[in-house]
Amino acid sequence: MSAGSITRISGPVIYAQGLEDAGLYDVVKVGKAGLIGEIIKLKGDLATIQIYEDNTLMRVSEPVECLHRPLSVALGPGLIGSIYDGIQRPLPVLKSLSGAFLAPGLAGEPLDTQKKWHFVPAIKEGDPIAPGTAFGIIKETDSIVHRLIFDSLVPACTAATVAPEGDYTISATLVKSSDGKEYTAMSYWPVRTPRTFKEKQVTHEPLVTGLRVIDVLFPIAKGGSAAVPGGFGTGKTMTQHAIAKWCDADIIVYIGCGERGNEMTEVLTEFPTLIDPRTGRSLMERTVLIANTSNMPVAAREVSIYTGITIAEYYRDMGYHVAVMADSTSRWAEALRELSGRLEEMPAEEGFPAYLPTRLAEFYERGGMVTTLESKKGSVTIIGAVSPPGGDFSEPVTQHTKRFVRCFWALDRDLANARHYPAISWNDSYSEYTEDLIAYWDAIDPSWDTLRSRTMEILKKERRLADIVRLIGPDALPDEQRLILLTADMIKNGFLQQSSFDKVDMYCAPPKQTLLLTCILTFHELAENAIKSGSPLLKISALPIREKLIRLKSSLENEKVQEGQAVIQEIRTAFARLGAAQGAVSA
Amino acid sequence: MRGLEYHGILRADGPIVIAEHRENVGFSELVSLRDRTGEDRLGKVVDISEQAIAVQLFSENTGISIDGSWIEYLEKPLTFRVGDGIVGRIFNGLGEPIDGYPPIMSSDLRDINGSPINPSARVYPRDFIQTGISAIDGMNTLIRGQKLPIFSGNGLPHNRLAAQIVRQAKVLSGESQFAIVFAGMGIKYDVARFFIDSFEKSGVLARVVMFLSLADSPSIERLVTPRTALTAAEYLAYEKNMHVLVVMTDMTNYCEALREVSAARNEVPSRKGYPGYLYSDLASLYERAGKIEGCEGSITQLPILSMPNDDISHPIPDLTGYITEGQIVLERDLSQRGIYPPIAGLPSLSRLMKDGIGEGMTREDHRDLAAQLFSAYAYVRSVRDLAAIIGEEELSDRDKVFLGFGDRFEREFLAQGEFENRSIEQTLDLGWKMLSILPESELVRIPPKLIEKYLPRAAEPEAKE
Ligand SMILES: Nc1ncnc2c1ncn2[C@@H]1O[C@H](COP(=O)(O)OP(=O)(O)OP(=O)(O)O)[C@@H](O)[C@H]1O
Ligand SMILES: [Mg+2]
Repeated sequence: MSAGSITRISGPVIYAQGLEDAGLYDVVKVGKAGLIGEIIKLKGDLATIQIYEDNTLMRVSEPVECLHRPLSVALGPGLIGSIYDGIQRPLPVLKSLSGAFLAPGLAGEPLDTQKKWHFVPAIKEGDPIAPGTAFGIIKETDSIVHRLIFDSLVPACTAATVAPEGDYTISATLVKSSDGKEYTAMSYWPVRTPRTFKEKQVTHEPLVTGLRVIDVLFPIAKGGSAAVPGGFGTGKTMTQHAIAKWCDADIIVYIGCGERGNEMTEVLTEFPTLIDPRTGRSLMERTVLIANTSNMPVAAREVSIYTGITIAEYYRDMGYHVAVMADSTSRWAEALRELSGRLEEMPAEEGFPAYLPTRLAEFYERGGMVTTLESKKGSVTIIGAVSPPGGDFSEPVTQHTKRFVRCFWALDRDLANARHYPAISWNDSYSEYTEDLIAYWDAIDPSWDTLRSRTMEILKKERRLADIVRLIGPDALPDEQRLILLTADMIKNGFLQQSSFDKVDMYCAPPKQTLLLTCILTFHELAENAIKSGSPLLKISALPIREKLIRLKSSLENEKVQEGQAVIQEIRTAFARLGAAQGAVSA
Repeated sequence: MRGLEYHGILRADGPIVIAEHRENVGFSELVSLRDRTGEDRLGKVVDISEQAIAVQLFSENTGISIDGSWIEYLEKPLTFRVGDGIVGRIFNGLGEPIDGYPPIMSSDLRDINGSPINPSARVYPRDFIQTGISAIDGMNTLIRGQKLPIFSGNGLPHNRLAAQIVRQAKVLSGESQFAIVFAGMGIKYDVARFFIDSFEKSGVLARVVMFLSLADSPSIERLVTPRTALTAAEYLAYEKNMHVLVVMTDMTNYCEALREVSAARNEVPSRKGYPGYLYSDLASLYERAGKIEGCEGSITQLPILSMPNDDISHPIPDLTGYITEGQIVLERDLSQRGIYPPIAGLPSLSRLMKDGIGEGMTREDHRDLAAQLFSAYAYVRSVRDLAAIIGEEELSDRDKVFLGFGDRFEREFLAQGEFENRSIEQTLDLGWKMLSILPESELVRIPPKLIEKYLPRAAEPEAKE
């Protein structure tokens, strides 16, 4: 261990001398309090260190000790259901050490070292071991089987001894290799290095979120990446919470990066009480939380997204589909900016360092659908919130993020103000995955693609008409065009809008999604015909079935979607009656 | 016991003083600087190297000279002395009594910067606070432990509104110990006086702790004022189990002071010259609101800020909105039309409302009623825009109905007297009365069974479908 000493302290950035044999990104313990830090720059004898904890009263010439290893995450059974800070310190353990307030210099084991897990070996003595060999399994939760797999840092050799099936702690040796190394259920991986896999795949499977505006209009693929930009209070966090709750991923990693403490508490109190519709188990049993809130040290905020994504990759390597929510990547970028400012680096746009786009690209590239070392299929989907200053999307973080994601769910201030949630704008959002996912949806409802394009078409026409209406009022339009306005209104109220507080509607299964749309578009089609044969729009908009369709999302449960056929029948009957009445009038 | 005193000031530049290097000086340590006239002032260490120490002053720099001054390192961060005796007292921004009464008798010193609350130790706030103001209770409910700022503009009645909230706030589920902490930053004497008088009239003055750094005190002191105030609040909430309402005004003055110091330190600015860490800095204040495990008390924050040029996208309101749990926005147009409180219908928001209302807390219909009012009022806004172009007469009958709804909603629901205290039932019933102006088929945000139960029926029988 080399010992150096502090020569300068400037907020969370300090400078130290005498760490000759230290490497870049090595972890250091700084000062008498032993605060955790990371070397971010080396120049001659001078090391620049960012500290992950509050360093009030730290003094020049206090010691600095280099641990000669990069900042790493502990990986193993017990991650699921945990809540960590940005450098993977377990928050409940810290609470037991220092009470409700965080104190600097605390340490805690990220994984429970006392708990015994039931280990079932998958190899036997003499078997070859290599990166990608699964050596055993542990049932981590009722729905998650934890596969213990040798990672790419393990040299190929053979197993000298393998522990028999039984209950072990994470520090017990499970496999001894012929080259004398011992392996437990826990391993370490450096946070800033992507975990190894065989190859990336293209993906044709959607991440079904249960949010209609996403799944139908702007779908995301498993292994894809999306940005949710929006001004304050437009619904980024609510959207991410909704996806974390209901999407069809196996594991959720939720990173609260520089956001509110209460939002993490909300997840902690709410998720355990919610049931995952697919496994019937509590949602907390598939969730890992990283909470580095806005008032916690800014350097740890910078690492928090790497800690989260490394955990996500770890489960991906077992063959799971993992969804990562990062709320908010702008706060991460600001942490980067603050540290860069302390380093007196030359700023690029709005004070952000010139390497901001590189770092963003590196982060989003860690997502993807892959063939794992074990030749299984696993994926990491990344959904990052972006908080543009003043809600202005032309700022650097939004603009650069746009280059690296293929889904853009733009939240609109006017929609949010009108309490149209999710406030995802159908004008400014896009998804580049739509084409890739048609095959999947075809199996559920072959008309998905048609429904989708018809909906987009009506919304597009409506936007044009709305411009005219703004100038001359709706009365000047012919009935066919006013019908577009009417249908668009039904699409907005009865389909796009979906409240997270509606017990029935907060999650919408794919069959119900296409049903609702089919109903509204059937209405539209019949109304078009009715207008052609002379029915006035006034009569059509007064049909009680119209209001019923708008309410259908909240009245029809996911399980009862087959009852929807009756509704379609009802629409037809209503228009048949209207037609008959009209016929009588004209006769 | 006093720390070590030194000469050795190298440079004085605005609020930043550079001193010679000394052994054993800690980062963020409190510093006392004595000028040639013998006057002391406080500052803190913001950068230490082997050559020099940078000190940021909390007060004016006039009178500091290179040789005539002494610098003393106090071996602790800036602290505030807490104890039972703080309630009912008035302090300056640094936490020194300015009401002429003796100092606080206590040896309990707290670092005014506090420590972050461990997110896993927070208790999610759910208790509804009735403010008696319909626009707040009905549409933007305040919850105990929430941070809900008032976004205002110069000349708008934010002080009257804040005073009314303080006067009327109560929790329906029984009485408990409460206190009010008031932090005045860069406000005028008459504003401070207005609050003192208003607290006195409503009989709560004895429960108020005041921290005043008025417009004539050094601007840098404003950086410390809210921290001192929140330290007092944390003591009362988490050790004395009180429910503390913290009023902080005017946050804009605080941010200006931060910009001033940042500029003096030659930091790279982000937007409009404000430092890049403005968000984190504000968060270190606002995140001190909340409730924690094992503790009865709570801290509810009501920061007031004036939006420069009424611009909500200005960095100060913008970053505040990104941290706080909603915002009450005051609107000049409403105010000019004589509506008090001029709470803007659409940009205002309470994020904790969702879990603090409904059956067992306010009333079962609360959420849907509010959603419907919001969406109807949003439509009114678009109809008004249209009417401004094509004229009211040209509007469709439906739109005319909405226009009528909008006017009555503003005059009857939003508007109320400064001393009018409406119960939540009154507020909700009034909301339903407003909705009854609209055709029932427009109320698609409300489930039919609630409409059945709460919608007041018009006198003439309506044709059922
Ligand atoms: N899908 C939704 N259903 C119902 N209400 C919603 C929905 N989305 C947002 N809201 C409402 O909007 C409020 C703000 O949403 P949210 O906290 O997600 O905003 P945000 O974009 O994350 O803001 P910030 O950037 O400040 O964190 C919520 O408290 C809720 O009242
Ligand atoms: Mg958010």
